[in-house]
Amino acid sequence: MQVLVHHDGSRREVFVTDKEVPFPEGKLIVSRTNKHGVITHGNQSFVEMSGFTEDELIGHSHHILRHPDMPKAAFKDLWDTLARGEKWSGYVKNLRKDGAYYWVLATVVANVRQGEVVGYTSVRRKPSRQRIAECIEQYQQLCAQEVS
Amino acid sequence: MKPYTMTVSPDFMPDYIAGWYIFNTWLQRQLGENIHLELYNDFATQREAIGRDEIDLIYANPFDAAMLVREKGFIAIAAPLDKPDEVVLSVPVDSPIKTLDDLKSGTRIARTDDPDVNLIGMMMIEAADLNADNTDVQMVDSYVLVAKALFQERADLGFFLQEAYHSLSDFVKNQLRVLLSSEIHVVKHVLLASPNFVAHQETLKACLLDMPNRDKGQGVLDSMGLSGWQEQTQEDTEFMIDLMDTLV
Repeated sequence: MQVLVHHDGSRREVFVTDKEVPFPEGKLIVSRTNKHGVITHGNQSFVEMSGFTEDELIGHSHHILRHPDMPKAAFKDLWDTLARGEKWSGYVKNLRKDGAYYWVLATVVANVRQGEVVGYTSVRRKPSRQRIAECIEQYQQLCAQEVS
Repeated sequence: MKPYTMTVSPDFMPDYIAGWYIFNTWLQRQLGENIHLELYNDFATQREAIGRDEIDLIYANPFDAAMLVREKGFIAIAAPLDKPDEVVLSVPVDSPIKTLDDLKSGTRIARTDDPDVNLIGMMMIEAADLNADNTDVQMVDSYVLVAKALFQERADLGFFLQEAYHSLSDFVKNQLRVLLSSEIHVVKHVLLASPNFVAHQETLKACLLDMPNRDKGQGVLDSMGLSGWQEQTQEDTEFMIDLMDTLV
């Protein structure tokens, strides 16, 4: 078990293994949240890859998928970018319910309706192995800095 | 009174040209309105006509839906039933490329000007660290010519709309191999109406959703290669546009 500290200071224990689940070829993992980051919709790939049931995901904060190897700085950058009205893209290591993980290249856009942000759409696609290797090193450094 | 103008995304299958004319005749009878069908040879020419506000009804490529809905105020009416736009990445049958990871910098890609297929195709090869800067892209006029570029070994990889790939002759398909097919499900063509057509939107929607039950409706659908229409809400379309935006 590892302890995960979220950006709002809340903590939770998560079960983590070193098993990687490969990204499903040709598919996209798609989910939507309301403007507070609470999951409102997920496609079949989103549910399957998470290891949770749809009922366990809908209505829950998106950080249910947060892996402890992901630096807080990455998510701060995500929210800062979205707050500027821009699209965010980055490599993310996600945590499954069974403790395994999967890497994605995630892109998040705001859902703007009648000029108002009503939520966010996150689309994840298969990432390049080379970019993952670069991110592993970079994220380890960022996590170490955040602890110290 | 000037007739309304309907157009169709230029990526429709050539076999269905007559079907779209038959649909236009059928639709005019159903709505009691004059509608002129204008077909364009390529996306660029069609976009110019849209830019001049000459189009009232369009069976739109999902890539163009963003501009039509968000810049031109078009409204979603319906989408074809069970017909998502999926992409096939194909290689010559004897190609040493067996998986996506076998694709290397310098890969020669044959493709058409179909914008959503190209967007999804480039997204799929991105996982192999390929992009517009390290590939050699050859644009050709049709999916048959994409296949020809592959089996004549002038290209290593071809991008196809799945429907177009499966409509190739067995002779052609036997010289090709599917490397990967997308399974995105939610990207699809959509029938959109311009603000000029607002008075007829609800009648049009009811007419399309009920098309198989109306006089000659099923035959017209068959001639267009469609099994029917399903309701496409404005939010369905906005969601698809948001999704496409993440792939650009």
